[in-house]
Amino acid sequence: MDTIFSRGPSLTSRLVLASVLSVLLIILDGKLDTFSNVRVYLNSLVSPLQYMANLPGEVLSQSARALTTQRQLLEDNAQLTRQNILMSEQLQRFSVLEQENERLRTLLGSPVRPDVRKIVAELMAVDNNPYSHQIVINKGTLQGVYEGQPVLDDKGIVGQVMQVGTTTSRVLLIADVTHAVPVRVLRNNVRLVASGSGQLNRLVINHVPHSTDIEPGDVLVSSGLGQVFPEGYPVGRIVDVIRDETRPFAVIRAVPAAQLDRLKYLLLLWPHDAPQGPVEQGEVVDAPQS
Amino acid sequence: MRLSLKHWAIAISLLVAQMLQIMPMPIMVDPYRPDWVLLVLGYWTLALPQRVNVGVAFINGLVLDILLGTALGIHSLALSLVVFILAANYQRLRNYSVWQQAFMIGLLAALYHLVIFWLQHMLTDIYFLFDYLWPVFTTMLFWPWCFMILRKARRQLKVS
Repeated sequence: MDTIFSRGPSLTSRLVLASVLSVLLIILDGKLDTFSNVRVYLNSLVSPLQYMANLPGEVLSQSARALTTQRQLLEDNAQLTRQNILMSEQLQRFSVLEQENERLRTLLGSPVRPDVRKIVAELMAVDNNPYSHQIVINKGTLQGVYEGQPVLDDKGIVGQVMQVGTTTSRVLLIADVTHAVPVRVLRNNVRLVASGSGQLNRLVINHVPHSTDIEPGDVLVSSGLGQVFPEGYPVGRIVDVIRDETRPFAVIRAVPAAQLDRLKYLLLLWPHDAPQGPVEQGEVVDAPQS
Repeated sequence: MRLSLKHWAIAISLLVAQMLQIMPMPIMVDPYRPDWVLLVLGYWTLALPQRVNVGVAFINGLVLDILLGTALGIHSLALSLVVFILAANYQRLRNYSVWQQAFMIGLLAALYHLVIFWLQHMLTDIYFLFDYLWPVFTTMLFWPWCFMILRKARRQLKVS
């Protein structure tokens, strides 16, 4: 039997080589972020694996769909029709308001907010990595997705695109510890920064003085100041404000508006006033604008 | 067919392990997912250390890094380290009973998770939660079954 020592470098030197390479990669990729271009190809390379891993779940949900009873379908249909009527009523009022708002803005000489291009993406995979909250969606550079693109669901802001592949991309959720969104309070326009806490149902708001006018129940909307997220989309709701004078700042916690633990359909936005790249990195794929 | 299966058995088993590692699971089960890649790599390292050792572990770690979206090098370093320990002691570990082996694999899985946590902690400010160590126990419990299935496959296909 030939042992591992009989050919090639010894085991220890292999370990040393692997460790040195790994540390080099960690520094280059984690700290200096040199691999963002290569990552597109790497992500595309492994995307068949992701599609394959997704297959059993897909088959299950397909068969579950095939097994739904007619009664259930009718119920769903009735509920959706009701919802549709309610929403279209709101939309009627909203379109009038929008026109009025536009007219007022032109009167004031402020720029009119243009409609933004958007597409619907579907959730492909949720990472089981406990240290960061990321999801994979089924749209990539082929659809014009770019790094730093805002991602929403039907309730509010979900996160931003972190890495793109040709057919898939990776989204960093707002609840991740490394993520923060500039927000303002809808009631009184106080500007804040909502950072992720590492827990899916918590956002923390740091460095708020005790005297700031902020109450539990206040709605936070994106302020558009970071130039990643367009202005005015709901981000979260304040749940508690602890004004403990022994601490330098008030302790404020919020819940995200989007249901980050039950995402399925997501919305990708192409804001018009977005800069040609996210704030921290210049690399971006040209987004076709409508 | 036999011949080709024999040559590809290791690669196929590792590919399946990678898929199991990223397969979407209900949120209730997800924290308990065993480290499939570590289990399969561990088996092949003990069975055929001249074919599977640090190099294969490094490459699988890189694939895992890309699949999980961690910084490149984190999983590859942790896996290389664990597989090095296995490959250096394979003759001793082979003589252990399956449950003793499971205990050793559990210890190594704990090392693997701690190395990953430590590296991630250097890159971002994450806090340690005990939940991160659940996979250690499930990995330990899955080892005997994994061992038996893979040994059966190896003997039937005469992989060497």
